Amino acid sequence: MDHHFILRVVAKMLMPPIMLYALYVQFHGDFGPGGGFQAGVIFAVAFILYGLVFGLDSLRRVVPPAIVRAGIALGTLLYAGTGIYSFFKGKNYLDYSALADADNPVAGQHLGILLVEAGVGLTVASVMIAVFVAFAARAPEIKDTDW
Amino acid sequence: MKLRNLFAVVMLSGVFSLLSAGLFVAMDAVDVAFTEAAVGAGISTVLMLGTLALTHQEEKPAQHSRALPFLVVFVTGAALLYGTADLPPFGSANTPVQQHVAPEYIERTPEEIDVPNIVTAVLASYRGYDTLGEVVVIFTAGIAVIVLLHGSSRPRRREEDEEAET
Repeated sequence: MDHHFILRVVAKMLMPPIMLYALYVQFHGDFGPGGGFQAGVIFAVAFILYGLVFGLDSLRRVVPPAIVRAGIALGTLLYAGTGIYSFFKGKNYLDYSALADADNPVAGQHLGILLVEAGVGLTVASVMIAVFVAFAARAPEIKDTDW
Repeated sequence: MKLRNLFAVVMLSGVFSLLSAGLFVAMDAVDVAFTEAAVGAGISTVLMLGTLALTHQEEKPAQHSRALPFLVVFVTGAALLYGTADLPPFGSANTPVQQHVAPEYIERTPEEIDVPNIVTAVLASYRGYDTLGEVVVIFTAGIAVIVLLHGSSRPRRREEDEEAET
């Protein structure tokens, strides 16, 4: 991938806006369309674009497979852990009112939604990157002359 | 129309996905449209292309008769069309869906959850258990793909083949 100068430059320029947009979708999900699922996919797209243009080895250096695999589990754990926390605070499983003081259940709901959406986003982004890497690692690397 | 080039088929399915995302926007389901555009048109197309790189670009000609698949598709399509006759008109406020729990969610969200996007309130809080299930499904699918595909890259397999031959 030593040629394709324009492709590399444009991909590099696009990556920060994609990530920023993913974060916007993640945290603006309470107010408009979007949420963890969509944000996770968009965030993963930035890394998949990087892997497509700069090769799989570069992608592996940026996000080591161990971190991606940990992210898959951590996101699910964050979601389920939020539920277990409210469980131990004496409320129902996943009743976010337990996350704040008893006189302010709405704040607990806000915090709970933020936490579970973060968990969803982390898991979805990690799974998408992991699936892409798993597929791409099996294909022989496309040579520069084949383009 | 017949298409044997799988690359074109993947591209067409991506286009179809993007068009249905537009359709969802027109039907006021922006959250669904968002997901369809990101997952259906974006990631799926990339993964399909990744699969094509592992297999072949051309579909092999079918050996068996095409009468049975055609019959199955025809009957299923006819059943679906027959089913749409019973659907309530689009946007009707008197459908059972709109009268069951939806009014309760709309009424209770401002005071109980207080987020402007009621879809998020339903998805993350009222139906948090279902969403946890969805996350676990994605988790399981990701783990399954890693288990199936990880650690068996092609170069290594070739080495094993050579070892087997010697």
